Amino acid sequence: MGQTALLNLSWEQRRKLTGLLFVTPTVAFVTVFFIIPLIMTIYMSFHDWPLFGERAFIGLANYEELGKDRQYLKSLDFTFRYTALVTPPIFILGFILASLVRHNIRYIGIFRTIFFLPVVIGLGVSSLLWVWMLDDRIGVFNKILLDFHLVPKAQLFLGRPNTAMNVIILSVVWKTVGFTMILLLAGLQAIPDELYESAEVDGAGYFRKLFYITLPLMRRFIALALILSVIGSILSFDQFYIMTRGGPRNSTISIVFWIFNNSFTYFKMGYGAAMSIVLLGILVALTGAQLYVLREKE
Amino acid sequence: MATSSMQADPTGLSQQEIRRLRRRALLALRYLILVVLALLFLFPILWSFINSIKLPSEALAVPPTYLPTEVSIKNYEELTTYGKIGIAQHVYNSTVVALITVAGSIVLSTLGGYGFARFNFPGKNVLFIMVLSTLMIPFQSILIPLFVMIVQVDLHDTLFGLALVYITFQLPFGIFLMRNSFLAVPHEIEESALLDGCSSLSVLYRLMLRLVMPGIVTVAIYAFINSWNEFLAALIFMSDQDNFTLPVFLTTIRYGIWGDVNWGALQAGVIVSIIPSLAIFLALQRYYMDGLMGGAVKN
Repeated sequence: MGQTALLNLSWEQRRKLTGLLFVTPTVAFVTVFFIIPLIMTIYMSFHDWPLFGERAFIGLANYEELGKDRQYLKSLDFTFRYTALVTPPIFILGFILASLVRHNIRYIGIFRTIFFLPVVIGLGVSSLLWVWMLDDRIGVFNKILLDFHLVPKAQLFLGRPNTAMNVIILSVVWKTVGFTMILLLAGLQAIPDELYESAEVDGAGYFRKLFYITLPLMRRFIALALILSVIGSILSFDQFYIMTRGGPRNSTISIVFWIFNNSFTYFKMGYGAAMSIVLLGILVALTGAQLYVLREKE
Repeated sequence: MATSSMQADPTGLSQQEIRRLRRRALLALRYLILVVLALLFLFPILWSFINSIKLPSEALAVPPTYLPTEVSIKNYEELTTYGKIGIAQHVYNSTVVALITVAGSIVLSTLGGYGFARFNFPGKNVLFIMVLSTLMIPFQSILIPLFVMIVQVDLHDTLFGLALVYITFQLPFGIFLMRNSFLAVPHEIEESALLDGCSSLSVLYRLMLRLVMPGIVTVAIYAFINSWNEFLAALIFMSDQDNFTLPVFLTTIRYGIWGDVNWGALQAGVIVSIIPSLAIFLALQRYYMDGLMGGAVKN
């Protein structure tokens, strides 16, 4: 019967059905693994939801608890502070690198590749590499600093909140700056050379060209790189879990880290879900800002 | 201008020659800066490699030595028996997860991309926007229900379950990229084949696949590198040590789960886990960059 029904369809209708069939697996995956979990996150956030045992509807209690959770507030503060501190070096160095590799001089491809290499290494693995280089006893940084008499004794880089933040930032800049470099490079290369030439005829110096030509014309690329970089920083987890384990004195626990601890160590999954919703809200707001900035120009 | 270039300076060089020399000096300076920066960027990887080929005892020396007194593959050998089952099982786990992710991402992105690019059906725009809007939802924020669901269907602690999750993470980007690839192919090419009575699936398979191959390669590279490197989901979904992927296994070494932290073996493991993504990136760099530009800049 299905056979005859199919035969009776017009060519148009068959095309429609075929198209629908082509996208069905994708739509099914996205529904099962994205849409349903998203709805479930909201649902779970109103419940007391242990891994095993009774679940109970508790209304907004999880959200109320957020305001009293000192570590959560500390993690929010830490994550924003980390984001604010890691973004400028990524952009300044990314811009310098992009300027250096901008023109197609000989061997420049090799340099672009080298600066980009750390991007394809996993953040987890790069953190394992850096935590070892930063070790006070067998780490290479202390070895070099001591050999050149730059420090009186070995430094516990990851043992103090301030230095821990700084060295983690150093490792993340190394790992991610190539990505920003490539986006900024695309922006630089989209600016026609004639603009610079005529500015030079008018006697414009480097900074005038930078602020009146380069940066304004790269706005879209800068905005995009900025948003991707900021979102990545707000979602960071690997570097803190691996390099400091949240220490010293719980000073490097990011939002995702605290969600992870609550959900998968203490198994307070409803509470974790409530935090996830707040995180999602922050990120949607940021993405909205991105779309706004990008649209304005067109 | 003409008069100034005629002026000679005390060294006897014309203005033009000075300008050329200046340009050359600036170029040399640019290369110098580039080389120094390149060495700094390569240093962590090279340092890890150098230490991985020291003798295990030397890799643990305090203070560390700069260069190995003796080259050895002992650290790599130790890895083969490290922990409960040795590194081979974890390389295998990571490879299986990555390959399933690559295969799944290719099939779903190609089918879906073709459907969204070439067919008209009710609800098409809504569905397309739904797929793309998931780009805005970071997977970190839905891991809790994903975990609950995966446990419910007994797929937690399986390589297949983890790969399913990874495929989903790849889909928005893959669909976007493959749809654009199909849109770039002229309509006429498939129309004649369709009029000849070929089915849509065979047109896709026999005709279109070759034309969108660059897009497929890009999707595959990203699926591989992202799933090979991913840490957080692997950490959550795998509880049996036998099923740990490479990055999770290496973290257990770092935390000394198996005794004292064996830094030499850890660096050998770091090198083992870096090599595949680096090799794929270096071999297929053009496709990787295309994906970066297509996925990030043009949307």
